Amino acid sequence: MNIRDLSKQPSPWLQESGPASDVVISSRIRLARNLAGYEFKPCLTPSRQQEVLDTLKTALLSVPADEPLFFFNIEEASALERELLAERYLISLPHARGEGPRGVVIAQNEYFSAMINEEDHLRMQVFASGQQLEKCFEHISRVDNHLETKVQFAFHPRYGYLTACPTNLGTGIRVSVMLHLPGLKMTGQTEKFFNAARDCNLAVRGLFGEGSEAVGDFYQLSNQVTLGVTEQEIVQNFSRNIVPKIVEYEQVARQRLFEDNPEAVEDKIHRSLAILRSARLISSQEALILLSHVRLGIHTGRIPDIPISKINELFLHIQPAHLQMQAGRTLSPDHRDILRAQIIRTALCPN
Amino acid sequence: MLCQSCKTQTATIHLTEITNGHRVETHLCQACAQKQGLAIQTQIPLNELLSTLLSVPPEAAAGTPPSLQEQKACPSCGMTLQRFSKETLLGCPQDYDVFEKNLLPLILRTQNDRSEHCGKVPADAGRVQEKQMRLAQLRRKLEEAVRREQYETAARLRDEIRKLQ
Repeated sequence: MNIRDLSKQPSPWLQESGPASDVVISSRIRLARNLAGYEFKPCLTPSRQQEVLDTLKTALLSVPADEPLFFFNIEEASALERELLAERYLISLPHARGEGPRGVVIAQNEYFSAMINEEDHLRMQVFASGQQLEKCFEHISRVDNHLETKVQFAFHPRYGYLTACPTNLGTGIRVSVMLHLPGLKMTGQTEKFFNAARDCNLAVRGLFGEGSEAVGDFYQLSNQVTLGVTEQEIVQNFSRNIVPKIVEYEQVARQRLFEDNPEAVEDKIHRSLAILRSARLISSQEALILLSHVRLGIHTGRIPDIPISKINELFLHIQPAHLQMQAGRTLSPDHRDILRAQIIRTALCPN
Repeated sequence: MLCQSCKTQTATIHLTEITNGHRVETHLCQACAQKQGLAIQTQIPLNELLSTLLSVPPEAAAGTPPSLQEQKACPSCGMTLQRFSKETLLGCPQDYDVFEKNLLPLILRTQNDRSEHCGKVPADAGRVQEKQMRLAQLRRKLEEAVRREQYETAARLRDEIRKLQ
């Protein structure tokens, strides 16, 4: 497998419909680790960075896995390939745009990826469709336990697993869910959701992680506290308390929306689908807003003939690097808008 | 409902003020609320937090001028507090001990007042270390049980702690 092959396949975790997938698009758990005996990334010399890369690459490729694992050298990959990996959530933008010896190990099915020499020596993540955090945790724990038989991670008797930034200290775990909350948005309750999240020490971000704006009612919710609580407590609190509550609020909001003003909501849904089916030029921001409405329409039975996997797949394929990989050349923003509109039309037009 | 200020975006922030018995409602979008300084920050930017916390010398270092504190460098990686407050990343595991007094307020602030790890311990960590972690975890559970008035659980945890000690 090479990086270009990825652009042709849909991410399996976006294709499937896991539990509560009307609201929870996907679950992700990330673990941050650093090798004992090495400086953290900001103070690593390039040769020591290479040593970290080689050590972790060998350890990661020895993890027993159902799917083949591949290593990609990010330093040697083209800018477009690096952006493509970031668009598929397999690496972060800082990793794509960083410097020095660094890489990523990816499982062929894309459920697992491990960045080497990002902010920490190792940042690995497991994805699942819908709300399946406990499954993600089981998977990532298995990998972590295996790695600990091969390498030694920096650990402190008081502070736990040591990370370059103190905000990841302790368990090094980041649990997050990607949420679709059009109901809360349209009923004007997003601020309530932000405040509740803040009170629970949770971070809310846009679809593309840190620093990104929430576009088209898509949000990422993750834990901020990583110290003084066990990994199981963090995961269980998320999967058994926080996420079910949000799912319930969103479902109630959707129900209210359709009861209070059905024509207005249905108009929004069908008008969005009509624009997506007809547009000749479309920006990614507009596409995300309209796709959000269509997604709501599918889940509430207003649009019966489009599978949800098609919408999820479009989220990936209308992004700049995916478009350019498909075109086989660099495209100006205007040309990207043309190709994006064309891809959406083809995917959504009735046969 | 549209934002009262820009009249184009949907209002997502709704304020109710009651002055001298008069109720005034304001409906704004996120951008307009932010312009008027009304939006609630969901997260404190890390850089801001760091510079606030690191600019105040902790009690233990109160006798030392702040400039000397900032210049202190880690003997292992050369990291200084000044550099850390700019880059927000530490240089090596030893920094946690070297700058502990300065980092602790930051850790407590970002980690919901917690400063003791109680999660997974590496399989090869020394047995003493593992015991310490287990004790910290049990003590925390004991506190919780007492707070919830679950005395049977508390007694069991107390016995377990005694056995380990």
